[in-house]
Amino acid sequence: MSETIRTTAKKPNMAVEIAGVKLRNPVMPASGTFGYGEEYAPFLDLEKIGAIVTKGLSLKPKAGNPTPRIAETISGMLNAIGLQNVGIEAFIQHKMPFLRTVNTPVIANFFGNTLEEYGEVAKRLNDIPEIAAGELNISCPNVKQGGIVFGTDPVAASEVVALVRKNLQKPLIVKLTPNVTDITVVARAVEEAGADAIACINTITGMSVDIHTRKPRIANRTGGLSGPAIRPIAVRMVHQVVQSVAVPVIGIGGISRPMDALEFLIVGARAVQVGTANFVDPSVMQTIIEGIEEFCIDEGIEDIHDLIGSLKL
Amino acid sequence: MKNYRTKIISNQEISPGYYRMRILAPGFSETAHPGQFVMFRVQRSLPPLLRRPFGIFRTGFLPADCDGLPPKEFIEIVYKVVGRGTTIMAELHEGDKVELLGPLGNGFDVPSCEGERILVGGGIGLVPLYMLAGVLVEKGCSVRLLMGGRTRDDIFAVTEFERLGVETYVSTDDGSLGEEGLVTQVLERKLQKYPNAEVFACGPMPMLCAVRNICKANQTPLQVSLEESMACGVGACLGCVVKGAGHTEERPSYLCTCKVGPVFKAQYLDWQALAQSHGCGGCE
Repeated sequence: MSETIRTTAKKPNMAVEIAGVKLRNPVMPASGTFGYGEEYAPFLDLEKIGAIVTKGLSLKPKAGNPTPRIAETISGMLNAIGLQNVGIEAFIQHKMPFLRTVNTPVIANFFGNTLEEYGEVAKRLNDIPEIAAGELNISCPNVKQGGIVFGTDPVAASEVVALVRKNLQKPLIVKLTPNVTDITVVARAVEEAGADAIACINTITGMSVDIHTRKPRIANRTGGLSGPAIRPIAVRMVHQVVQSVAVPVIGIGGISRPMDALEFLIVGARAVQVGTANFVDPSVMQTIIEGIEEFCIDEGIEDIHDLIGSLKL
Repeated sequence: MKNYRTKIISNQEISPGYYRMRILAPGFSETAHPGQFVMFRVQRSLPPLLRRPFGIFRTGFLPADCDGLPPKEFIEIVYKVVGRGTTIMAELHEGDKVELLGPLGNGFDVPSCEGERILVGGGIGLVPLYMLAGVLVEKGCSVRLLMGGRTRDDIFAVTEFERLGVETYVSTDDGSLGEEGLVTQVLERKLQKYPNAEVFACGPMPMLCAVRNICKANQTPLQVSLEESMACGVGACLGCVVKGAGHTEERPSYLCTCKVGPVFKAQYLDWQALAQSHGCGGCE
């Protein structure tokens, strides 16, 4: 047995900056797959990941959808949770005390049922100094009001982003839905309306039927598809968005291994979010971070920025 | 609560369609409580993508080798082959690598022991009752176990329960083992004889509904262990929620089966909603 001897064993610079938020590395959880951070503290070092992204927050607590809410499909899962969350006040009271003890930037994902509510939650976030940035969700496929209604129409998207931009005194990330004909249209609209960064993609609307009961496998009928099954679609869309906007892009969609994250970075994502894979392996983000580092060492890359957007066409 | 990357010690069919898997898990029993569960993953295989929740049957130690090392600790899960995931599991062998997250959730609330305890298990629902029976017997409770199944294939580990000192009663729908009929008929008789008993139940939703109705009518305290599909097992995905008693549109109450449960005191649950989401009726 021989051991690989690395000539450039120097650790690469992994730090990146998204809209003024400094991240120690480009890996963070996708909203809704990591609770409020505390749930995963027993399984990985929260101070090793780039950022913590909270479950989507609304002005009032939200009950979410009826059950069953999830169903596994080939290499993926459908979910229609319905944005169940404790509400911004309970978040401040019960979830922030823990998050304050963690030396990692916290990004608050948020949404509203109406335009006004989006604006109000944004204002409320200003009162929490430890929140590094807001991630505006205009892309949830599973609720009737809010969410995707704003995300599929460039005019509505632009309107909500402009209002939130005015109200939020923090960097603003806007999370986009893939359930549109051309994602670059919405991407350009939200950039113009003041988004400091774009995160994409949210889940892809899907459906699955139990052939024996002949009922939809989730109570909401349709749900959002996530997991490895959607990764090639996500890589394509992130590539398209990177080509069409100037603001930094956070790549999301089916990342479960280091090589998956690398694909997104190479097409130009400045950071990535890991979603469904957290459910499968609660310490997967650490594995992904270490894998990216190892790849850089092997390839002689000293700075992650030399990798980001290095796609050869 | 830990993520174990570990190995299978043994994996055997104990009744047609039912398997018992013994897995190496150092330190597991220190924190494991009756009624808790694990999220199991066949390492690196895809599909299935998600882990599957399994009740803990028991924990234990292998006899020490002469190597001077401490005895090896294991856990046992018992599973029924029902789908793709469990079909793959049934083909695993000694030494195969697996991943195990646990122990997870809130188990049974074990009372200080005076009076009768009646455990009701339907098919695979017998699994979490074994550790519970052990603890109850240890505390000096008088424990009766009512085992129910469609056929005799669904009844397993009878001898092991009896060895704990538990009195067992078997009933099957087709009469192929024990009494012919539903386990709930036996429960009704036992509750007449022991009106001050406390009941612990795990099994399919129609059985749990019937147990709930009987216990409610008799004002008998009841704890149930629920099974819901879940993705994470740690309270993050919110996929496994059930409605709590008093749930309304205006004041919603959703409880995570993985975190608040899987064991609930029956009075804290919305039984009509539970029955509806499992496609069975008749719950009060």
